[in-house]
Amino acid sequence: MNSLILRATTRLLLPLFLLFSLILLVRGHNSPGGGFVGGLMAAAAVSLYALAFDVESARRLLRVDSRSLIAFGLLVAAGSGIPGPLTGRPFMTGLWFSVPIGPDAGFYVGTPLLFDIGVYLAVLGVISTIVFPLVEEK
Amino acid sequence: MIAVTLSGFVLATVVPRLASRSATVVRFVSTALPAAIFIYFCGFFRTVVNGESVTRTYEWVPSLGISLSFHLDGLSLLFVLLISGVGTLIFAYAGAYLKESGLGRFYAWMLVFLSAMLGLALSDDFILLFVFWELTSLVSYMLIGFDAERPAARAAALEALLITSGGGLAMLAGFLLLRTTEGVDRLSDLAAASVGTHPLYTPILLLLLVGAFTKSAQFPFHFWLPGAMEAPAPVSAYLHSATMVKAGVYLLARLSPVYSGSDVWTIALIGAGTVTMVLGAFVAAGQKDMKLAFAHSTVGALGMMVMLLGLGTPAAAEAALLFLIGHALYKGALFLVSGAVDLQAGTRDVIRLGGLRRLMPLTAAAATLAALSMAGVPPLFGYVGKELVFEAVLEGGPWRMLVSSGAVLTGTLFLLVALNAGLSPFWSKTGDTPRSPREGGWPLWGAPLALAGLGLVLGVVPSLAAPLVAAATEATTRAPVVPELGLWHGWTPALGLSGLGIAGGLLLFLARSAFLRASSPVVRWAELAPGRAYRAAMDGLNRLATAQTRLLQSGYLRRYLLTVITVTGALALYPMLRLPPIQFSWEPAARVHEVVVAALVVAGVGVAVRTSSALTAVAGLGVTGYGVALIYFLFGAPDLALTQFVVETLTVILFVLVLYHLPPFSSFSLRAARARDIAISLAVGVIIALVAAASMEGELDLSVPQFYSEASLALAHGRNIVNVILVDFRALDTLGEIVVLATAAAGVYALLRTRAGKA
Repeated sequence: MNSLILRATTRLLLPLFLLFSLILLVRGHNSPGGGFVGGLMAAAAVSLYALAFDVESARRLLRVDSRSLIAFGLLVAAGSGIPGPLTGRPFMTGLWFSVPIGPDAGFYVGTPLLFDIGVYLAVLGVISTIVFPLVEEK
Repeated sequence: MIAVTLSGFVLATVVPRLASRSATVVRFVSTALPAAIFIYFCGFFRTVVNGESVTRTYEWVPSLGISLSFHLDGLSLLFVLLISGVGTLIFAYAGAYLKESGLGRFYAWMLVFLSAMLGLALSDDFILLFVFWELTSLVSYMLIGFDAERPAARAAALEALLITSGGGLAMLAGFLLLRTTEGVDRLSDLAAASVGTHPLYTPILLLLLVGAFTKSAQFPFHFWLPGAMEAPAPVSAYLHSATMVKAGVYLLARLSPVYSGSDVWTIALIGAGTVTMVLGAFVAAGQKDMKLAFAHSTVGALGMMVMLLGLGTPAAAEAALLFLIGHALYKGALFLVSGAVDLQAGTRDVIRLGGLRRLMPLTAAAATLAALSMAGVPPLFGYVGKELVFEAVLEGGPWRMLVSSGAVLTGTLFLLVALNAGLSPFWSKTGDTPRSPREGGWPLWGAPLALAGLGLVLGVVPSLAAPLVAAATEATTRAPVVPELGLWHGWTPALGLSGLGIAGGLLLFLARSAFLRASSPVVRWAELAPGRAYRAAMDGLNRLATAQTRLLQSGYLRRYLLTVITVTGALALYPMLRLPPIQFSWEPAARVHEVVVAALVVAGVGVAVRTSSALTAVAGLGVTGYGVALIYFLFGAPDLALTQFVVETLTVILFVLVLYHLPPFSSFSLRAARARDIAISLAVGVIIALVAAASMEGELDLSVPQFYSEASLALAHGRNIVNVILVDFRALDTLGEIVVLATAAAGVYALLRTRAGKA
């Protein structure tokens, strides 16, 4: 697709999309969002980029092969279950650390976030793997 | 103990890589492991013989009550020492027997088997036992099919796998029933449970027996074992003679304190055991191939052990276990000898082989000792075992006549097999072989000689084996036993039966050509008939699969969609018909914006249905999807709405990309097809609407949502319950889902690539 308007808008929108997908990912534990929808959002952004420019640029944007991204995502998600058995609890037990930021403020970070990141990467990889060859064949 | 037992798995991961560097190191390391395990378990000898048992437990899946619990008593120790001891010799033998190219793969599987078999003999937990049990079946599959290029080896491997792992599944069902009905999950707790009074007693017992009978090749499941002789000789000697096939006998011995004496147990074991024993020995006597003769006689020997356990007396259990040791020693040796002969002479045909004692004197010595032990000639260990067997069957109560005559007949035929397949290749006059044989590398004669020699030592000094056999018998019968092992028991009826058997066997050997001629049609039939049923079943299964594929896999997407939607609708309708009629409480309380959104959804569908442009149809469906997402949002499911929005967007993008490759949307379906599609759509739509209405009616069980809303913040530090469920409470499900997603991506990618490749 060779449209100047689309390209210019995409260039503007891409960082916003990606940023928003990350926000969705991180805030998912407390408000609507999460790894799945975040990954979809990122994939939509990348697909838009592939349509506006070409697949090669989109591949460069991802930096890694989309198929490796799937594998890596699965690995991260499955790996987030490992700390459980290492500390004598069942596989996939959520482990949490509290991070204090001030006298009575703070947040928790835990293995479920790692799991969500894995989901995010896997979903991004899956959609890109499907979309890229379709765009390429045009 | 757990680490030692599982060490084979660890070494197996390294061995294949190591083999490409240095075969010598692999041979040495692989042989050293079973030797070290043997020495380690010898350390428990004193404890166990004194009647104590050793237990080690590691929690594995505590939420399901499954643990790595190992229990070492007399029976386990007997098996463990047999597995590791015989294993050491066979591992050494294999190093000389096999070509270097396959060595790494071979040792890797053998090591996995070693650990799995040790685990099987030590497991206390039902599930753990099942895991190791099936693992041995799996390794057996890999090793029977070791020469994967030969179709016969592959077919035999598959046959063995299907039968033994099928039996394993039956056994699992039995164990699970035991767990749920009795609340026991360990073998060692079984004796305390009130198993005998339960209504499911007979089904449970029968399921467990199917497991044991398939593994130990009992009639009518026995035919896989001779087929398994496609495996290399060390595998036949180790898995299919000395250890794995005895797992069924082991299970029966374990269950014996609980089930022994009941009618089902006695009839099944004595019936199957006696038939297997006589049939196996009879078919073995008619074989011309050394290895097949030993294989069929192994079937017969397993039948004898099962029959003895069926008798249920302490004397019979003792005889079974003693015979088990003796059999492992002589039959292991004979299989190794047949392998060495095959390797050196190029044939295993008993008629062509001859005069090998001059060319392979050490192998001949091993074969002679082992064959004499098999024949039950004093002063070898086989004789000690046979005497005990005869004593036990003579006390067989109401079964006395049947089992005694069966045992004598089997003993007679074993003698014939021993003479024919074990001795005659070495002691008859010079034969005519493809290659001129000579003695091979030292493990080729050393390993069988060590096994057979041990049979001689234990035969002369049977008291060496007494303490272990006593401890194992005690574990089997729960009754203290004082074994009286010896070569001379006085002028007893058992001695008479021995004499009868030996005389009969010698007579048969002298008249062997007449015997073979007379028996060969029967032997041929008995050999092939049971396998025929198996093959017929397999062919039937294949035909069914083909027919079903033709019916369901038309290759047209519209046909698939039609099937899926119709079936879903019908399945949803079925429970609706059984529910009380729905009471519609129609209160048109919808607000304006809700009505607008609903209208939007309907309008989208209308456009998609009416248009003649594919692009417009996609856009119409997109509108519908967005409308549905809006409804989710309005009714308090923002997470779902968010996901639906993004999914809709991506779907439209994908559709547009795919449409680009499709021919124009010009050909319309036939009128009749359209009418059918409309009817189905409407019907399914109505059904789904009814389901939705009905689900509003019923009482909802709120305990689950309540749990999640309470536990979400407290246990998982999250306020968004949906996400907390996805990534924490039910993360394993999500993991499964993304794996499915990844698999789908791989499929789509492969399809697109294939098309691109063709173009």
